[in-house]
Amino acid sequence: MAKVIFIESSNAEHCVEAEPGRTLMQIAVDNMVPGIYGECGGACSCATCHVYVDPEWQARLPARSSDEAFMLEGAQEPNEHSRLCCQVKMYEELDGLVLRIPLSQG
Amino acid sequence: MSSAREIAVIVGAGHAGAEVVAALRQNAYAGRIILIGDEAELPYRRPPLSKNYLSGEASRESLLIRSAAAYDKLEVECWIGTQVLAIDRVKKNILLSDGRIQAYTKLVLATGGRPRKLPDPAADKSNVHYIRTLADIDRLQSGFAKGKHLLVIGGGYIGLEAASVGIKNGLQVTVLEAAPRVLARVAAPEISAFYERAHRTRGVDVRTGISVQAFHGEQQVEAVQLSDGSELQVDLVIVGIGIVPNDELARSAGLEVNNGIVVDTFARTRDSDILAVGDCANHVNGFLTRLIRIESVPSAQEQGRTAAHSICGKDIPHVAVPWFWSDQFDLKLQMVGLSQGYDRLVLRGDLASESFSAFYLRNGIVLSVDAVNRPQDFMVAKRMVAERVQVDPQALADESISLKSLLPAA
Ligand SMILES: Cc1cc2nc3c(=O)[nH]c(=O)nc-3n(C[C@H](O)[C@H](O)[C@H](O)COP(=O)(O)OP(=O)(O)OC[C@H]3O[C@@H](n4cnc5c(N)ncnc54)[C@H](O)[C@@H]3O)c2cc1C
Ligand code: FES
Repeated sequence: MAKVIFIESSNAEHCVEAEPGRTLMQIAVDNMVPGIYGECGGACSCATCHVYVDPEWQARLPARSSDEAFMLEGAQEPNEHSRLCCQVKMYEELDGLVLRIPLSQG
Repeated sequence: MSSAREIAVIVGAGHAGAEVVAALRQNAYAGRIILIGDEAELPYRRPPLSKNYLSGEASRESLLIRSAAAYDKLEVECWIGTQVLAIDRVKKNILLSDGRIQAYTKLVLATGGRPRKLPDPAADKSNVHYIRTLADIDRLQSGFAKGKHLLVIGGGYIGLEAASVGIKNGLQVTVLEAAPRVLARVAAPEISAFYERAHRTRGVDVRTGISVQAFHGEQQVEAVQLSDGSELQVDLVIVGIGIVPNDELARSAGLEVNNGIVVDTFARTRDSDILAVGDCANHVNGFLTRLIRIESVPSAQEQGRTAAHSICGKDIPHVAVPWFWSDQFDLKLQMVGLSQGYDRLVLRGDLASESFSAFYLRNGIVLSVDAVNRPQDFMVAKRMVAERVQVDPQALADESISLKSLLPAA
């Protein structure tokens, strides 16, 4: 199965199986990746699923909605690689995707 | 350190219970973990029940908090469809609905709440519904059809969300609220008025200060008599008048119960081997520094983590700022903090544009914020409430000044 790699701010890596069709937040929660809480369950209301997408992968992800962009604006330490990973669904071509977890969610 | 011989039993497989079991393993709990729930499902998300699951947009599968495989990987035993009937605190075991007795080292009560029922037995009919579980929605969905007249009793979040889905799905909707305004317990009069208007302009017949006097009909409720003497024909009734905490197990076991199971800021009852979390727990919130029972997912999860820490011997107090969200029509509402005791309401943005934030201040300090279609404000608002920021009301209302600039420099 396809894999996704979550990297904590401490550099601890979590390489997890990623079922296509599930969101990256659900995949993180299924695999108990620390720092991804998904409090609102994907309603784009909490930003507890904030990640930085590895630059080389960025172009392959669908664009942010305006709600997501606005939520990220107010998030802690946002940058141009920021995503709310509940808004992105896994698909085969994202096999190997690398996502970093912000320090504030450490 | 926990030993492999320990057994943590969690009663209630909802939002809080699901978080406890995961947080226990994240904190290297080495013992056996048993999650017991009386519903037919693994833990699932309840908020969509009155939102995109009711409307038919979200799949049943997408509601699961974790997949079944995830619990296997966590080595958590899920005993689904099993009810806990009693606790024996002396022998440290529980009695299950299938007659078995299970020992525990630590017991976490995460039993949630059940909908408050209408007292009138005439309302006990097959087309009168409450929304708490997936089974409730399964029972409701066939009648929730285009053209039907839906009566919603109770103008709280769940009632208003159900009303908005009703309109979306082509039903004719009436909302009755006994108080003079909707959301009366949680929002300022200005915000209540905004929501009443928003619902009316989208086709909901919102009536406040009015209640049902009588339910008519044999097998089903066909009409209701209202307190102003008028009568309404109905096909379907949804009741959303609050919940009652499931605290009976704790009460029978002699634990302190008062509007929920009373616990300290570490989620512990006075029996140090029994903890309580989520909707059923009247807990000490370290941020508010008082006992409070909160009905929200973020709070259930935070408390779940607090309990797991306590069990693992790391006493980390529960200090989270309460927050909540509600989706109605195209209105995205996000709320943080508690507004009780506010002396001034400051609006940023325009009510008429349906994109604004309402700041509740006391002595200039931000107590709470309701953000409507303002996710960019909400994230900053959360920090303002958590840090008890004092703000200049004029600056707050001035949209040319960035909200972030009103936060104290880090
Ligand atoms: C329709 C709806 C919409 C909501 N929308 C939002 C929202 O938008 N945002 C938000 O933050 N919150 C929302 N909430 C509130 C949120 O769902 C609750 O706060 C949350 O579910 C609380 O989690 P809990 O684990 O304490 O209780 P629950 O999720 O209720 O879980 C408790 C479980 O324990 C089981 N149980 C009880 N007694 C026993 C027993 N003796 N033996 C075995 N099992 C038992 C119950 O059947 C239940 O399955 C909503 C709730 C509803 C009903
Ligand atoms: S889970 Fe809440 S915004 Fe992603």
